[in-house]
Amino acid sequence: MTMKYKTTIGMEVHVELGTNSKMFCACPTSFGAEPNSNVCPVCLGLPGSLPVINRQALIRTVKTGLALGSEIAEFSKFDRKNYYYPDLPKAYQISQYDLPLCGGGFLMIELEKGEKRIGITRVHLEEDTGKTLHESKSGRIEDAAFSLVDYNRSGTPLMEIVSEPDMESSAEAAAYLTTLRCLLRYLEVSDCNMEEGSMRCEANISVRPAGSDELGVKVEIKNMNSIRNLQQAMEYEAARQVKAIESGEKVVQETRHWQENKEVTIPMRSKETAPDYRYFPEPDLPPVVFPQELVRQLESELPELPPAKKTRFVEELGLSAYDAGVLVADKQLAGYFEECLREFPHAKTVSNWLTSELIGRLNKLGQHIGESKVSASHLVGLLKMVEAGKLSSKQAKEVLDEMVASGKEPSQVAADKELSQLSDSGELEKIVDAAIKANPDPVAEYKDGNEKALGFLMGQVMKLSRGQANPQEASRMLKDKLSG
Amino acid sequence: MEALRTAEDTKNMSESKNKKLSPEQVEKISHLARLELSSEEREKFAGQLSSVLDYIAKISKLDLKNVEPLAHVGELKNVWREDEVERTDVHDKLMDLAPEAKRGHFRVPRIIEE
Repeated sequence: MTMKYKTTIGMEVHVELGTNSKMFCACPTSFGAEPNSNVCPVCLGLPGSLPVINRQALIRTVKTGLALGSEIAEFSKFDRKNYYYPDLPKAYQISQYDLPLCGGGFLMIELEKGEKRIGITRVHLEEDTGKTLHESKSGRIEDAAFSLVDYNRSGTPLMEIVSEPDMESSAEAAAYLTTLRCLLRYLEVSDCNMEEGSMRCEANISVRPAGSDELGVKVEIKNMNSIRNLQQAMEYEAARQVKAIESGEKVVQETRHWQENKEVTIPMRSKETAPDYRYFPEPDLPPVVFPQELVRQLESELPELPPAKKTRFVEELGLSAYDAGVLVADKQLAGYFEECLREFPHAKTVSNWLTSELIGRLNKLGQHIGESKVSASHLVGLLKMVEAGKLSSKQAKEVLDEMVASGKEPSQVAADKELSQLSDSGELEKIVDAAIKANPDPVAEYKDGNEKALGFLMGQVMKLSRGQANPQEASRMLKDKLSG
Repeated sequence: MEALRTAEDTKNMSESKNKKLSPEQVEKISHLARLELSSEEREKFAGQLSSVLDYIAKISKLDLKNVEPLAHVGELKNVWREDEVERTDVHDKLMDLAPEAKRGHFRVPRIIEE
């Protein structure tokens, strides 16, 4: 991206709310069920069936709005968005048009150059569509003779979060999506799994010559199913538009598809006419006047959100901004950290062992902290053994290797591996005494002021203890005895 | 945004009083509704739809400054259900009713878009 052009990006993020039942009927929302098993007349759009709003979906949307600083609408309604597609059995999607549940708000994102405020236009609630599968011998959609439709997802509550066009680079778009996903996970409104499609994003992107106030022609990009995809697609698309402008072509307002394997965007085959959704108020659903007491209650029940948690970790626990950021970025990791602190209130030690030792080992296994066999209390057990001098740091790392693999208790692993550190003063004293007795010459040298002789004597202590003496303890004891 | 444009279109059409909808406009509307109309039907509905728009145009002339927009004709509000699952188990019946089915899916003609 040359400096002569400015990029403008706005995002639409769809999030499947992790409710038990669907938006307008009681069918389960579980992912991966047998095709067309979680369906009923309502989500199949059969004549005569009537939708009823899932209260929990409203609550989750309002919670999200509160966390984004949106205004919660006193009066909200649902509308019909009309279009024909086989995954939409009613030939309309129940969505929200002019009176969304939440309006306005913002999200702060962190960039290398500091924080940036990204405006939120609106947050509204709608229903998801079914899924289509295109089958052909060649595996290419173009060759498919038929499409197969599964309506299990039809009617799943879908929350749409629309941002202002406030992002100016692919990195900002990626930071926005990462921050938003983190926030939604803290709110426990969705698992935000982009691979499974419970979080999906579309971006509107345009470029314009630097200095120009008029926005360029925007192009909508779809099919980016990871944050990495989003970043790559934005980079590619901005460069493509600049190239088009510089070679005298026009950027066409259109929808393009990100092709992950080829790392390009390609135009989607456009419909003959521009979409004409003919929105109108959903007559089957009475309006929503979300109770103000409930808004206040939800507001008071919001969990500690990532920015506040990070500040607390830095200011109250003394962590570095970097470490606090790593811990807070993952709700489960932050929870694990805080669970450890309840039993072992040494934040820096826990943070170091957690972020570099445990996470490092889990990453090698491709495990997330949530899948770790090492429970918080087991990690604390290990740290307590180190603190008490029963294990050296080096030994503890060896014990942790085994804990990660087997999930065994640290004391058990240490016993099995015969790893321990001699800190018991009675035992240690015998060894120190033996070392002094067996080496009269170095002892005399040390007493004459040769500090190096102490190193030799320490070596003898370690040798006699077969490496298990606690070095700090042994050194202290040696000095005491030799100066006495 | 598209809907706004349509509303605008409707307004323009209704303002041009007594002017019948063009065959192209009827064609567009019937396409959106996936209705196939013969040329006689197009002609017939052009007249009927135009008179509906004329009627709406009369309403548009009323002074509605102090009238709240109507979101719903009923008096109800906040009709909702708790987030509880109830299974229907209609899969087999459904597949029997499907014009075409394959491996538990509905089979439909190939979708051209996307």
